[in-house]
Amino acid sequence: MLELSNVNVYYGPIHAVKNISLKIEEGEIVTLIGANGAGKSTTLKSISGLEKCEAGEIKFRGENIHSLTPTNIVKLGISYVPEGRRIFSKMTVMENLEMGAYTRKDKKGVKEDFEKIFSLFPRLKERKEQIAGTLSGGEQQMLAIGRGLMSRPQLLLLDEPSMGLAPIIVKEIFSIIENINKEGISILLVEQNANMALKVSDRAYIIRNGEIELEGKSKEMLEDERVKKAYLEG
Amino acid sequence: MEQVLQQLINGISLGSIYALIALGYTMVYGIINLINFAHGDIYMIGAYVGYAVTRFLGLGFVPALLISMATCSILGILIEKVAYKPLRNASRISALITAIAVSLFLQYTMMYFVKPDTRTFPDVLSSNKISILGGKALLDTKNIYIILITIVLMLLLQYVVLKTKIGKAMRAVALDKDVAQLMGVDINRIISFTFAIGSALAGAAGVLVGVYYNTINPLMGTVPGLKAFVAAVLGGIGLIPGAVFGGFFLGMVETLVSAYGGSIFKDAVAFGILIIVLLIKPSGLLGKTVKEKV
Ligand SMILES: Nc1ncnc2c1ncn2[C@@H]1O[C@H](COP(=O)(O)OP(=O)(O)O)[C@@H](O)[C@H]1O
Ligand SMILES: [Mg+2]
Repeated sequence: MLELSNVNVYYGPIHAVKNISLKIEEGEIVTLIGANGAGKSTTLKSISGLEKCEAGEIKFRGENIHSLTPTNIVKLGISYVPEGRRIFSKMTVMENLEMGAYTRKDKKGVKEDFEKIFSLFPRLKERKEQIAGTLSGGEQQMLAIGRGLMSRPQLLLLDEPSMGLAPIIVKEIFSIIENINKEGISILLVEQNANMALKVSDRAYIIRNGEIELEGKSKEMLEDERVKKAYLEG
Repeated sequence: MEQVLQQLINGISLGSIYALIALGYTMVYGIINLINFAHGDIYMIGAYVGYAVTRFLGLGFVPALLISMATCSILGILIEKVAYKPLRNASRISALITAIAVSLFLQYTMMYFVKPDTRTFPDVLSSNKISILGGKALLDTKNIYIILITIVLMLLLQYVVLKTKIGKAMRAVALDKDVAQLMGVDINRIISFTFAIGSALAGAAGVLVGVYYNTINPLMGTVPGLKAFVAAVLGGIGLIPGAVFGGFFLGMVETLVSAYGGSIFKDAVAFGILIIVLLIKPSGLLGKTVKEKV
């Protein structure tokens, strides 16, 4: 479904992503794990068109997307839920969801999807008219995911959805991620919480200093001594 | 007492003008963090368009207002595209210097075409004095027009910003450009739209001033432009309610100072208040309590 081949991204002189190749098949949850600053967010930004991929190829369902604008990439069916939630803090919950549906013209479908999001996140329904910035961290993350889903993506890019949340909320978020996947949406999950990420995903890539260090089935990674030592302990 | 009432009415009228201009400053700042110093000159051009439409085409007040608003919105879009867009990623000081250059360019281009002389605006609104409160104050119908039109325009703006899709996109862009883009918002279109709306309001202010004070000249935008900027900062730059509040507040203060302290002090008082507010509450008088930012 999505294929990155030898992707490189630079911030001026900083070479943040080096020759990364990775693949997501239809229906998969793939996780990309790595330490802070490894290049995870940059990889997602290059897929969603926020950062330019200087060399290499990004293909979505066979179509080259690395020179498209973020708008056109959303329209193709890729939605990026950014790190740190980045909800529109001074707008209401409902307005945030409406922004998620910005590219859509099918009013009826959008209405149905609001209800879908509210059944996925009942807590958002109660807070429909609330200013988003006043929500708790977990609710803000739910809103960010809900907003991302409002464009009806086929592929959802999630950037550290567990960041800064209490363990019980993290569990809830991860089970929602699994539910979203069951609806047929493929997911690329970026995480520092390697343990949880490996448990919910099918395959995993480990990124270090901008390079893919290791890849494989998530189950096997959980047993891998090198992974255990570097990412699962402590 | 009568005099106070009379001055209040004048203050609200003047405040309406400041508020209309200040809205453009604040909206543009909210979207691209630029103080558009050419904004006062768009207001001046709005006044000249109103003048031309009424004098040479013989049209009435309402068509003059609408044509002036439309012309100014196109002018605003053009200025952004030609002068500011290439500097989107440049330092703020480059953009600021460019804004001042655009301001001078508009002033002196206009001066070339319309001559520096002051012109008398045609009397398109009948001016009837109505005595109110049992003869305690005189209300000029022109005051009523100015205040009513300002209120209508502000309600319209409020509707667009709060209720329409493009208004929501505008607020989203002001809050987080990257994420707005991720939602599929075309940032360039929103910036153009913001300039169009802000400039249209300035154009309306230009026509209202022409009608109210009767005289216009190519440099008429400088001082009100600066005052409206002060008003926007007073209320909290980037905040729509702040611009409205700051505009009325400043209009009121200036009118009262001119009436009771002598008009030579009015500018000093306006800028004095600005300095005090910036020292005590740099985010503006409505800076913290009102959260809506555009
Ligand atoms: N906007 C930026 N400008 C310059 N350097 C950046 C920028 N964003 C990220 N970087 C650098 O790129 C590298 C990768 O960052 P990032 O992709 O955010 O890592 P991660 O998401 O894995 O924590 C880091 O060294 C970071 O400092
Ligand atoms: Mg990151």
